[in-house]
Amino acid sequence: MSEFLQQLVNGITWGSVYALIALGYTMVYGILRLINFAHGDIYMLGAFAAFYASRWIGAGTDPNPAKALLVFVIAMAACGAAGFLIERFAYKPVRKSSRLSALITAIGVSLLLENGGVLVFGAAPRFFPQIVTPHNISLGMGVNITNQQLIILAVSVLLMAALRFIVINTRVGKAMRAVSYNHTAAALMGISVDRIITFTFVLGSMLAAAAGMLVALQNPRIEPYMGIMPGLKAFVAAVLGGIGNIPGAVLGGLVMGIAEVMVVGYVSPTYRDAIAFVLLIIILLVRPAGLLGKHVAEKV
Amino acid sequence: MQVVILCGINVVLAVSLNLINGFTGQFSIGHAGFMALGAYGSAMFSLHIGAHWVAALAGAGLPAPLAAAPAFLMAALLGGLLAALAGYLVGLPSLRLRGDYLAIVTLGFGEIIRVLITNIDLVGGPRGLPGIPRWVDLFWVGLGAAAVIGLSVHLAHSSHGRALFAIRDDEVAAEALGVDTTRYKVMAFVLGAFFAGIAGALFAHFLGYLNPNSFTFIKSIEVIAMVVLGGMGSISGSVLAAIVLTLLPEVLRPVKEYRMVIYALMLIVLMITRPQGLLGSRELDLRRLFGRRPAAPGAARGGA
Repeated sequence: MSEFLQQLVNGITWGSVYALIALGYTMVYGILRLINFAHGDIYMLGAFAAFYASRWIGAGTDPNPAKALLVFVIAMAACGAAGFLIERFAYKPVRKSSRLSALITAIGVSLLLENGGVLVFGAAPRFFPQIVTPHNISLGMGVNITNQQLIILAVSVLLMAALRFIVINTRVGKAMRAVSYNHTAAALMGISVDRIITFTFVLGSMLAAAAGMLVALQNPRIEPYMGIMPGLKAFVAAVLGGIGNIPGAVLGGLVMGIAEVMVVGYVSPTYRDAIAFVLLIIILLVRPAGLLGKHVAEKV
Repeated sequence: MQVVILCGINVVLAVSLNLINGFTGQFSIGHAGFMALGAYGSAMFSLHIGAHWVAALAGAGLPAPLAAAPAFLMAALLGGLLAALAGYLVGLPSLRLRGDYLAIVTLGFGEIIRVLITNIDLVGGPRGLPGIPRWVDLFWVGLGAAAVIGLSVHLAHSSHGRALFAIRDDEVAAEALGVDTTRYKVMAFVLGAFFAGIAGALFAHFLGYLNPNSFTFIKSIEVIAMVVLGGMGSISGSVLAAIVLTLLPEVLRPVKEYRMVIYALMLIVLMITRPQGLLGSRELDLRRLFGRRPAAPGAARGGA
């Protein structure tokens, strides 16, 4: 029982990271109907931005919360900027063409970030400095959580709450919802669709950057290809929950994280990468629009 | 020489994916999975059964290439059928799923195949499967490419092909006109998977060694890039793009470190400047190149 609870804690932590990445996918998809394949690489970029920032600030040699927070903010800002540039120079020009060419462009951007990453950061894995010294906290019943896991959980929840606030309560969030519902009608209402799309990209990229840095806290090995698998799985998580649906992305991320940790713990670590997809296929066969997705009638 | 054969294998892959993505507009991003099934299936056959056939035939005095022919044909056919069967199973959800959801299921399927192969010790698991007889030369690759191109061209000009294009352009309208959309979508899937399996068999018997890492998501993506770059639904476009995208990394070899970056940039620039692909939905027509005849049927189609 205590082992199960321990796995559950690990699963929820890991799942909250997936959820953060999945939010970016789901927002971009909701607005552009584009699978932003480069999103996982933004997550990688976030980890590297944090890596260089913490070196620059010296957060690794003398860990303290203020420095860690600063590193965090720099990484998010850097990736927000990257998201802005990618949207502006790669995705905007293909927005009017077919969805497939937009998808290939996204794949191109993803390859560019990965291989550009190899050029700039080197192919060999780097080790992320310990900007938060780890120690165990006992939750009782033999269940432990590290303070790093606690930070991952707390920051994820905080960011999700912030996102929810932006989307539900602010003018720009309202505009985002309007644009995702109908571009033309939103434009007629005086919403600058282009600016909302850019904003969505920046926001999503910042969340991915946060996820990248949070993961680097716990698994310090970072390398330019680290974004591929988590990116893919976070995307699957977004689909699992019903793509375009924000609570769905969070739910999907959690389900995915827990399922993965359980498979690693109880079945075999080698099946880790398969469980996500098996789960996905089963759920899509039962609920073709995802867990929280609504079925949209085909327009004739 | 090696590059020419790789080009040929990629031509088979690209044209077979074009049957699914380009002809019916179903978005499949798990082509590497079908290829892997064909590769491993055929390799297992050759290793355990085919090799004995060849030994027997060679013992009967046949020259080596001739002795290998029936064994390889059988292996390729089995690989293709295995992939086709999987294609049927994956194609079935297309009854229920549309667009991006189908894409994700195929993606998941490709990954599951890869993970399964990695976990099955019988086929070498993560270490890979060595010692596959190297029967494939230019002749076999040429034959494979000719078969898939011939079949696709034939299909594009038949009434079945018309039905596929109709589904791509407007599924609801096609259904209203009495096209059995489900049947055609599954058919396209099975055919595409079959040829991907053949491509896998060619690949396995060319390299003589298989590794699950050859069949990742990236491989599927490469094939999609070929199809989209060539122009959705354009067979000659797929062929052209497969050759270009296979040669490109080779041509860029002197600028090693920048190779993949340039490749990625070219992909982006091409999509921005020519979103319809190199050839759009047109076909290269030799007769038209020499200015004799108007375009072949199907050339006036709109983009996807």
